[in-house]
Amino acid sequence: MRWNILLVAALSLGLGLGAAEARTTLTIGIQQEPPVLDPTLDATAAIAVITAHNVFEKLVSVAEDGSIVPALAHRFEVSDDGLRYVFHLHDDVVFHDGAPFDASNVVFSFERAMDTSGANPQRQSFAFVEKVEALDPLTVQITLSRPDAFFLFNMAQAQASIFSPETVATNATRPVGTGPYRFVAWSRGDRLTLERFEGHRDAGDVAIERVTFRFIADPTAAVAALLAGEIDAFPGMPAPEALARLERDPRFDVVVGTTEGEVILAFNHGRPPLDDLRVRRAISHALDRQAIIDGAYYGYGEPIGSFFPPHHRAYVDLTGLYPHDPARARALLAEAGVEELRLSLRVPTFPYARRSAEIVQAQLAEVGIRVALETVEWGYWISEIFGNRNYDMTIIAHTSPNDLGNFARGPEYYWAFHDPAFDALWERVREATDPAEMDRLLQRAQRFVAAEAVHGFLFQLPQLGVYRQGLTGYRVSSPVIFAPLGELAWE
Amino acid sequence: MGVFLARRGATFLLTLLVVTGVVFVVMTVLPGDPALVILGLDATPEARAALRAELGLDRPALVRYLDWMAGVVRFDLGMSMSWRVPVSELVVERLPVTVPLALGAMLLTTLTALTLGVFAASRHGRPGDWAVMMLSQLGIAVPAFWLAMLLVVLFAVNLGLLPAGGFPGWSDPWAALRSLVLPVTALTLVQAAVLTRVTRSAVLEVMRQDFVQTARAKGLGQGAVLRRHVLPNALIPIVTIVGMQFASLVTGTIVIENVFFLPGLGRLIFQAIANRDLYTVQGLVLLFAAATVAVNFLVDVAYAWIDPRLTERLR
Repeated sequence: MRWNILLVAALSLGLGLGAAEARTTLTIGIQQEPPVLDPTLDATAAIAVITAHNVFEKLVSVAEDGSIVPALAHRFEVSDDGLRYVFHLHDDVVFHDGAPFDASNVVFSFERAMDTSGANPQRQSFAFVEKVEALDPLTVQITLSRPDAFFLFNMAQAQASIFSPETVATNATRPVGTGPYRFVAWSRGDRLTLERFEGHRDAGDVAIERVTFRFIADPTAAVAALLAGEIDAFPGMPAPEALARLERDPRFDVVVGTTEGEVILAFNHGRPPLDDLRVRRAISHALDRQAIIDGAYYGYGEPIGSFFPPHHRAYVDLTGLYPHDPARARALLAEAGVEELRLSLRVPTFPYARRSAEIVQAQLAEVGIRVALETVEWGYWISEIFGNRNYDMTIIAHTSPNDLGNFARGPEYYWAFHDPAFDALWERVREATDPAEMDRLLQRAQRFVAAEAVHGFLFQLPQLGVYRQGLTGYRVSSPVIFAPLGELAWE
Repeated sequence: MGVFLARRGATFLLTLLVVTGVVFVVMTVLPGDPALVILGLDATPEARAALRAELGLDRPALVRYLDWMAGVVRFDLGMSMSWRVPVSELVVERLPVTVPLALGAMLLTTLTALTLGVFAASRHGRPGDWAVMMLSQLGIAVPAFWLAMLLVVLFAVNLGLLPAGGFPGWSDPWAALRSLVLPVTALTLVQAAVLTRVTRSAVLEVMRQDFVQTARAKGLGQGAVLRRHVLPNALIPIVTIVGMQFASLVTGTIVIENVFFLPGLGRLIFQAIANRDLYTVQGLVLLFAAATVAVNFLVDVAYAWIDPRLTERLR
């Protein structure tokens, strides 16, 4: 009898809470937990996901289609030579602690981000910034040393967040910004709570009053939490194997989009015979992308033939350049005079990398390449493979936007790839001010790295989102890492 | 007893010293630069160098170790490299999860195992004994994480009785208890399986002794024989295993806290190693080692209490 009462109490507690809060609160599951909440201290993507454009704001932001939209600046002008940007700021902005906002906060935040003695992981966003000045309290002028096609886009990212000098030192644990949500509490390892900031200029348009992020690293636990009704959404679902089950469940919408992450079989060009184009092309012919996507990501994910996201307007489909053709691969290897080729494949423990690696190993074996597969933990990967270039091949997703420029990072970068022709092409991309010209150049750059078979290009990492029915306003595919909560609402 | 305690204390400190030294060497030799992990793939070499200087990683390893030791003596575990807060703060905020989890599991394990073990022994060779033996065999064979997942599917997903994971904090004691039920159960079932078998064989062993026969011959009932003569004499091996199980409980919490996404110490050390957060790893290992040594000490005290003859020898 007493047990029954307990049961009833437990049930009503569990159900009652859920029903009463459903319309204005939201609980989001997220796999990665940020160690700190200040995006200028640490490169962890979850910092941007949680804080950028929710707690903090930037001068501008990026819409789902990739266009630059106003944020703290309601409009901006660019000089004809592309060197001077003038931002006109909103006049009704305050920080969550009541501190006033004006142009001096922009100058302060950018000078801090650019400080050469600091350890900002994204300082290169400001590489061409010469001067940041407040022309008046509501006008900021930024002067560049040379035109930078990515400048506005970079100004919309987490690293360009605007801080208040009074609270900047404690942003790591108690972030204070001007965004539509203010920070409430963070129980490390468990959850982080944000609440609508009523003092925000657009507070009237923000539907969700309270957002709780819950940190769930284990994919199985993530699925259980969704099924048990403890979370309403998991925008970056780490378990593709569970999607079929969630798709059949009428309580959820399962949404498959693309991310900015290109999954590549990266080659170390500093190690012969991978510096030989014929060998790289042979490996490219040996790869069967669809088999890799089916095996590694349960069929989700789009094949790519170069290093560029398919959702971008300048995308060219180059997947037909090296069709799966083991005979051709063997012929190319013979032509290059390579026999008995043995290569190391050292991959991080991420499921997509581990699973892809096993299939790649089998596919390369079919053309006579013996692959020594080794799975290494992330701290090891970033030091030995990325830092010391101690590898022949690896599999990794490059998740930053506009990262085609990585091919111009020179022989010191972990690919050890260097081609002056590409460097020159990338210089032209960076300086392009006309969008049509920019797109043409980006297409040339995609063709360049595909023709050179710089890497084995595998697939675009999918964005697998699971949302409770009735939630609207989420992004299916996103050109940026952050996800504005202000756009979400319950039907 | 004084000499015993002094010798114990010295061993305790020496153990901790060796443990910290080994962990420091392993973490230093292990490839993985905290600055690289923190700043990611896009950072410039200058930013990396600046962070290394900020974290003190540009100093020789021995200097860093001695510095850290000097801090530990003053009860200062240093600053976490990735969380940028004092390690002690990280540890203290996780204790309310891991301590109840570990103690709860240990207590429940002991109670369950004693009950079932004595029950099985008293019905030696009969169906009750077989049932307990079969169940405990199953418990040993099943990995804790898998059992945990089954519990979640049954009690959280299908029945909706208990939360699937997470920890709301002790400000709401009822919710906090609810969130610990499944993790404690998962840890207990696997640990209790081993201890039940140990208890059963220890009790059986004693039951074959002559003095038990004598007690029976005097006309004492089964219950009284078990309580007054058998159990006290079977306790030594049981207490030994309980002490040893504490160490496996520590590794068990790492797995269980991951499955139930609990913000405990196990999850913390998992993340800290991945981040190459040296001082956090050091602090946690020190804590785990201290706890294990302390439990072993308690086991020794328990020996002395169970069998005063052992105290004579310890002196």
